[in-house]
Amino acid sequence: MRNKSLISINDFTPEEHIRILDLAEDFERQPTQRILEEFVVATLFFEPSTRTRLSFESAASRLGARLIGFSEPASTSLQKGESLRDTIRTISNYSDLIVMRHPREGSARFASEVSSVPIINAGDGTNQHPTQTLLDLYSIRKTQGKLDNLEIAFVGDLKYGRTVHSLVMAFCNYNTTFHFVSPEALKLPSSVKMHIKDKNLIYHQYTDFQAVVPKADIIYMTRIQKERFSDPLDYEKVKNSYILKKQMLEDAKPNLKILHPLPRVNEIAIDVDENPMAYYFTQALNGVFVRQALLASILGVVA
Amino acid sequence: MAKKEIRKELKVSAIENGTVIDHIPSQNVFQVIRILNLAEYPNQLLLATNLESQKMGKKGIIKVSNKFFVPQEINKIALVAPSATLIIIRDFNVTEKKQVKIPGKVEKIVKCFNPNCITNNEEMETHFTVIDKKDLKLRCNYCEKITAKDNMVFI
Repeated sequence: MRNKSLISINDFTPEEHIRILDLAEDFERQPTQRILEEFVVATLFFEPSTRTRLSFESAASRLGARLIGFSEPASTSLQKGESLRDTIRTISNYSDLIVMRHPREGSARFASEVSSVPIINAGDGTNQHPTQTLLDLYSIRKTQGKLDNLEIAFVGDLKYGRTVHSLVMAFCNYNTTFHFVSPEALKLPSSVKMHIKDKNLIYHQYTDFQAVVPKADIIYMTRIQKERFSDPLDYEKVKNSYILKKQMLEDAKPNLKILHPLPRVNEIAIDVDENPMAYYFTQALNGVFVRQALLASILGVVA
Repeated sequence: MAKKEIRKELKVSAIENGTVIDHIPSQNVFQVIRILNLAEYPNQLLLATNLESQKMGKKGIIKVSNKFFVPQEINKIALVAPSATLIIIRDFNVTEKKQVKIPGKVEKIVKCFNPNCITNNEEMETHFTVIDKKDLKLRCNYCEKITAKDNMVFI
């Protein structure tokens, strides 16, 4: 994976995904290793995302790398109208690897074409967020002991939720049965369903949440955002239908784990947090180990 | 039978040198003219539409004097009129006849329908992978969203 950009989850083969998860386990056992001391990592956040940026910076810092970059575009030459092409070309001269988040879809792919150093996509608009996908894979493998033959329920905004799109694509390699729970207006796009059909896997779509809970090994929750609805009334109608509450878990399988890419607003009731099935905070911690594995293997320090 | 064929052919005069685009679906004739910028073409241009066709019921035909299309233009024709045949004419003779083919990759000629795609916001070329030739669906290599026949705009 040395010098390879990670833009879309399918840029890495399933074998490479597994390799990253295995490496992440090593970093979980020993998170502080000064193996990237000679490297400069740039974190370019053209759109603010404190959580993702800090997770990357924590991962890089624990491995001894130096960090440069910006956390919002307001303080950069982008405000002066500089093209993304020029920004990336310039910063690829200053660094060994670029982590970037950008509000436009396809920006990271374009950056990887003009950059002389590898790019890790930390989110491009509504398109891809592959490091989130890898940390989700890591969390699922860790809690279920496997990736194959799982029943995974995705709940909430499946139309715009890029973490959902990437994770569905990744799980198409593992004989997964998919359960999609969303309001009509926020169903999974056909471009993503196409990947499931290509692998002849089974998926079910629901508007009712409760019916799915007893079937699932994993419930992947997402937030339904008001601004996704053109009519605010439509939002009001569905906003409370996709909230996970403690009593809904009574019929759940004992191995069920609840994941959420965070930040959460109200889609998981606070009383779920104490349930051992709640895994979302540990999931976020796993992100640091997975990002350490990515930085170390793309910079060629581990193979 | 042969006579009838000839008469049909003569509904549009022959050209000495150039390309005949035949078997265009009638409703797409003007679209083909638009995407190839033929409205501004300075040489002889002959066109007919709603002609009878055994193969397609009704068809259109465009004859372009002194023009031999490059692959990029042929790809554009294939995207709006996949049934089209290109006939190359030299000295009033047919020297080549070929069916257009929808390519596997579409580069530089189609705009991504997604307004938030980087290709619509940065000075750069578009690249698509054709994922469905029958219903014509193009996956953008950048934003990964699908531009389909009904929202396809040519550059």
